[in-house]
Amino acid sequence: MVSVFAESRAHRAWGRVHRFVHHVARPTSPAAARTVLARRGQLAVLPYGLGRSYGDSCLNPGGLLVETRGLDRLLAFEPATGVLRCEAGVTLADLLGTVVGRPAPDGGVWFLPVSPGTRFLTVGGAIANDVHGKNHERAGSFGRHVRAFGLLRSDGRILRCAPEENAELFAATIGGLGLTGLILEAELQLVSVPSLRLETEDIRFADLEGFYRLAAESKDWPYTVAWVDCLARGRALGRGVFSRARHLRGSREGVRPPGPPRLSIPLDPPCSPLNPWSLRLFNALLFHRLGPRGRRSAIRPYPAVFYPLDAIGAWNRLYGPRGFWQYQCVVPSDRAPRAIARLLETIAGSAAGSFLAVLKTMGDVPSPGLLSFPMAGTTLALDFPNRGAATSELLARLDRIVLEAGGRLYPAIRPGTGGCRPMSSAPAIRTGNASRSGSTRPFLRRFGDAWREPKRPRGSRGRRERARP
Amino acid sequence: MSERGRDPRRIAIFGASSAIAEATARLWAVRGAHFFLVARDADRLGRIAADLEVRGAGAVATFTADLDDAAVLGPMLAAMDAALETPDVVLVTFGTLGDQAAIARDPEAVRRTLVTNFVSPAVLLTALLPRLEAAGRGCLAVITSVAGDRGRAANYVYGAAKGGLSTFLEGLRHRFAGTAVAVLDIRPGPVDTPMTAHFHKGGPLWATPETVAGDIERAIDRRRSLLYTPWFWRWIMLVIRLLPEPIFHRLRF
Repeated sequence: MVSVFAESRAHRAWGRVHRFVHHVARPTSPAAARTVLARRGQLAVLPYGLGRSYGDSCLNPGGLLVETRGLDRLLAFEPATGVLRCEAGVTLADLLGTVVGRPAPDGGVWFLPVSPGTRFLTVGGAIANDVHGKNHERAGSFGRHVRAFGLLRSDGRILRCAPEENAELFAATIGGLGLTGLILEAELQLVSVPSLRLETEDIRFADLEGFYRLAAESKDWPYTVAWVDCLARGRALGRGVFSRARHLRGSREGVRPPGPPRLSIPLDPPCSPLNPWSLRLFNALLFHRLGPRGRRSAIRPYPAVFYPLDAIGAWNRLYGPRGFWQYQCVVPSDRAPRAIARLLETIAGSAAGSFLAVLKTMGDVPSPGLLSFPMAGTTLALDFPNRGAATSELLARLDRIVLEAGGRLYPAIRPGTGGCRPMSSAPAIRTGNASRSGSTRPFLRRFGDAWREPKRPRGSRGRRERARP
Repeated sequence: MSERGRDPRRIAIFGASSAIAEATARLWAVRGAHFFLVARDADRLGRIAADLEVRGAGAVATFTADLDDAAVLGPMLAAMDAALETPDVVLVTFGTLGDQAAIARDPEAVRRTLVTNFVSPAVLLTALLPRLEAAGRGCLAVITSVAGDRGRAANYVYGAAKGGLSTFLEGLRHRFAGTAVAVLDIRPGPVDTPMTAHFHKGGPLWATPETVAGDIERAIDRRRSLLYTPWFWRWIMLVIRLLPEPIFHRLRF
């Protein structure tokens, strides 16, 4: 389609499986963003931040991507309350280099309320995917710390959305994958923490039972996460290393905000160095490096705790030219131990081990988002090199286990969200009309693409109610 | 963060909403600089000023004006005097790239390109000179382009304006030689900004505004007179300038 916008093949999702042609615009002010929308013609529209979504949820094949990189200004910061107002394209890395670490009135320092596994994502993306971090049990998801945002709708209106103002749109946009409009700016509540250094413990566990025991024992540790050896089978099934952290008290020492990665993968390796042999070696090293006691304590600055993978730029290239799939699900607490065991058995049995398998308990702090992923239970995150049909088949088997156990899939991650899987796993989508009024036409059209519904006449609006688990 | 607030320099930026200007101003804001910012779009200018304040800038004054309009010079410089007295650094970043294919056949478009990229900055710099002479110190930093180094079919109108501006700066540098007034000619290669949105990008020669901003900050601190940014353009342009015309004419780039 001919459009007034530049065409690009450079915009990809983090998993690097797809390469689509997009029309691309980069407005640098709300007024410019409004002009972009007015000139969109017939193109379906989707916001694009830093492209850190793994699957295809940040892509819009043949449509218009509105980059938010040009909207990256900090608008106001109130050191007395920790309330920050900024444009949607501001990255968490930028916040770490500016307002994070400034003194709070209670003697602590201001910090991000929720940190996902990377700092290279935008505030808009964090809201649209309602990201969570290692402190989910206590802090809930990112959306809980959003006080308000300004949303540009496809009719050109800019609406302020907050829990008490345009509440339906507020709920539909948090975790709404950018389908309700373009977030222009947001107001966030930072948290005060005692210091930017953390007390950390890594503890080995022999099986899933060990994991749950450690999770239950770690109530004084706001940040918890576990790595599991997904090649281990039989009695060793679910062995791994549990990591927990808490902000150090009484430390006056500052922490230098992390800069851009020092190391970077400059090119696509012709074949992936991540193969079953290197994987086995990596897993064995990780499991045994804690020594005979199986426990290690340390004091570490926050970047090492929250963003270990950010140390290597473009690490996604390590999966080779075909890219990789990330998979993340959550299973409700009562059915989690059995379902997680079945998931791990299925993966270990498939010989398609995952390089990075992460297990974590999630809390019951509710998210304001209608489509948010987090729920009380256990979440498992995995990644698999893309081996075509074999990988899709494995993922489909995992999907069935998750949905049978009443769990959910993470749409920011799960690619090719075929059929009605994500809808049945979306918590509140069936409860009312809020989400429908939350979508506007060009974004709605994209919504239809995203969920790969069977073709229906345009304008048919009953589609979302059809989904049943 | 360790540098925060240590360096309260006074900085005037003309064309403050350009991506390179904004990225450079952020580096200075962290150091506590005071600003006088000029751009056409009042809303964007307000947002940029707010951003610099949150990042640590001292006072930020703004002035909305189209710098092609010579009538704004008087009131604008009066506002600058009120905000900063004498600036330590003047950064001139405004300019338009346009679509050469369309410009080259349209005399009016050629005039506009030359005015915005050469006449207006030269007039502005001239109006600033008495202040610099009186102060006897300061730095004039002006963004020109590698396109000014040699006329090419692809962009000789823009290139001629930028090349003329480089010559103007060379003359100013000659004039201020031996004084504490520094004149810096900044020649970036292609930069991934909204100004270049209509180009296909992604080659190794495309730089980000942040990279260019870091180079500008360093070149001003070190009182350099000519900056190619990123660094490799110095060598690329050296080769291109030295190519004999018969060979140059066989190349299309």
